[in-house]
Amino acid sequence: MAKRLSVIDVDRCVGCQACMFACTRRTGSGGLEESCIHVQSAGGIRKGFTVIVCRACTDPPCARVCPTDALTPREGGGVRFKANLCIGCYNCVEACPFGAAFWDATNHKPQICVYCGYCADYCPYGVIALEEVVG
Amino acid sequence: MLTNDPLKRVLYIDLARRSFEVKERPELFEENLGGSGVGIRLLEEECPAGADPLGPENPIIFTVGPLVGLYPLASKTVAMFKSPHTGNLGESHAGGRSAVSIRLAGYGAVVIRGASAMPVYLVIDENGAQFRDASALWGTRSSYTTGSVLRRRESGSGTRSIMRIGRAGEKLVSYACVITETYRHFGRLGLGAVFGSKRLKALVVQGKRNLPVADRRAFRAAYDAIFKAAVDSPLMKKYHELGTPINVIPLDTIGALPTRNLQSGRFEGAEAISGESLAAHYLGRRVACAHCPVACIHLAALRLPYPNDPYFYKTLMLGYDHEPIFATGSMLGLGDVPGMLQVLDEIEVQGLDAISAGVTLAWATEAFERGLITEAETDGLPLAFGDAAVYIEAVKRIVSQPTDFYKALARGVEHAASVYGGLDFALAFGGNEMPGYHTGPACHVGWSVGARHSHLDNAGYSLDQNAAKKGQVLTPEFVGTTLLEEERWRQVLTSLVVCLFARGIYDRETTLNALAAAGFEWNVADLERLGTETLRRKIAFKQREGFDFGALRVPQRIIETPSPAGPFDEAFVRAAIASFSEQV
Repeated sequence: MAKRLSVIDVDRCVGCQACMFACTRRTGSGGLEESCIHVQSAGGIRKGFTVIVCRACTDPPCARVCPTDALTPREGGGVRFKANLCIGCYNCVEACPFGAAFWDATNHKPQICVYCGYCADYCPYGVIALEEVVG
Repeated sequence: MLTNDPLKRVLYIDLARRSFEVKERPELFEENLGGSGVGIRLLEEECPAGADPLGPENPIIFTVGPLVGLYPLASKTVAMFKSPHTGNLGESHAGGRSAVSIRLAGYGAVVIRGASAMPVYLVIDENGAQFRDASALWGTRSSYTTGSVLRRRESGSGTRSIMRIGRAGEKLVSYACVITETYRHFGRLGLGAVFGSKRLKALVVQGKRNLPVADRRAFRAAYDAIFKAAVDSPLMKKYHELGTPINVIPLDTIGALPTRNLQSGRFEGAEAISGESLAAHYLGRRVACAHCPVACIHLAALRLPYPNDPYFYKTLMLGYDHEPIFATGSMLGLGDVPGMLQVLDEIEVQGLDAISAGVTLAWATEAFERGLITEAETDGLPLAFGDAAVYIEAVKRIVSQPTDFYKALARGVEHAASVYGGLDFALAFGGNEMPGYHTGPACHVGWSVGARHSHLDNAGYSLDQNAAKKGQVLTPEFVGTTLLEEERWRQVLTSLVVCLFARGIYDRETTLNALAAAGFEWNVADLERLGTETLRRKIAFKQREGFDFGALRVPQRIIETPSPAGPFDEAFVRAAIASFSEQV
């Protein structure tokens, strides 16, 4: 079965962004450019936070609008991304209603979640977890 | 430092010419790390002797450090400037997203020179600085509004910092603060007034770039050790659960909670304003600075009815910590929590430093009770301990300054008491208002000698409490020497810009491992040398601008009001100050 990252309880999010840093650190770097998870305030910190993750759609709109098949549906939900096929058209970024296709401005390519769950290991508050995709 | 590490880049912004340039200064960061170490060097370069703190010649310097964006708890930005409050070193630290945003925009430091002819705000990103018209924002009643407007108007939500001033900064109140991410502050020593003097309403800093490391495996190992310590170890538990107000009841129990302008060390309302009580009745949310899993920021949800409109309510979300609770609670005799929080809210709306505002109002209240000032000076306001409505109005008047008396209050307690009398109970040290501890002589010596006159310089209160616990008698030499050692090491922590709450985690070995994996080759001797040298330079800057250890005023109130350490006299305090100054 395919796994995906789920937001279990956004009200427990403190906005520390440890998940975002984990995602880029997975590649071996510091900083945030390659992160495929995003935490921002829900309109000012007093209102709490919004956590944006790829929900692994079974019919993913980002793959539907990809002109080069760099993004293809993954069996069981979600997508696979082949960077060498990507022309950087930005269609996927605009197609995802959640904003979960992130943009790497340095490489002019999207950053797409690989459903590894590394970020969840660094969430001390149980906000996110790797789960089976339920269709 | 790795050759592709952007830390070496310094962004210079000229507000008068509306221009900017970036200079690469790797040696500055290789020799001084960042934060306080780099900050004082830039201040020496940028600030001419005798500069008017509110003149265009006073620079604003922001510095971050090598661990920011790489490791948890490396979350602070150091601001350096000449203080309009004390007339010497201005150094103030804040978290929020400020440090991560500056570092990931690709800078180690930002230097702001000159003054703008019209109100502006700046947008800083990896391409430099853009100037935006802030004339419509100038004069906005509430600092919250400025934050909300800039949030909607600018991009980068989640990877940006919005530093802004309120009316207090525009009106040049000498202890106006700069607010970042609504709940963190460059609080002390008047950075907000320096912003105001430059007609700089806000700074929006956006950045999310990657940072290189020297050794990926070592980086992850060093990261995991720090992260685990932050999340699991008892070192951070108190900040994580109740937050800094965990101190309120223990301090009150030993008689060290400054109450009603330190006429007492015990407050009958301590239970109500304690961390335990606030958590039980008001805690609405806990939040964190960027890259800090501890989440020490506690927000109180205060639901208030509109008195004349049935079924209309509003809910304030207010950050609370030990210091604001002391300053607007016990110090003002306010055990009424909704009242205390509303005073604090007005302080936030106006953009004042909560400690200085509370301590100044506490002095004013006692001066009013003693008849040094009357309703003629207060413009009809009957100042009284425990009266929240009166204090809310007084906070507004400190900013609007309708009379000479409020103009004096807008310069702090040292100045106000020098005009109206009552210096013996004017609780400022080195010109800066006291923090929330009366544990014994060492705390007062600590903020007298500390370069920032802050409780974060050296933790003298902990010397007092440890001595009391062990039944030891403090000597002036021990106090002077120990405070100096502590303040020197803290220069290292604030040059790395790790949060001082994490000082137990970032020990020497952990720090060196973290630095090495990131490409910074240091050893313990060099770190210690940097600490000693940075403090020496900071004190030298202060002395150049007129600071004199021998001229420090010791308010008699700290001698008269019993402390848990037992009686001490002014001679003890002066001897400890002398011990510190001779060794520095």
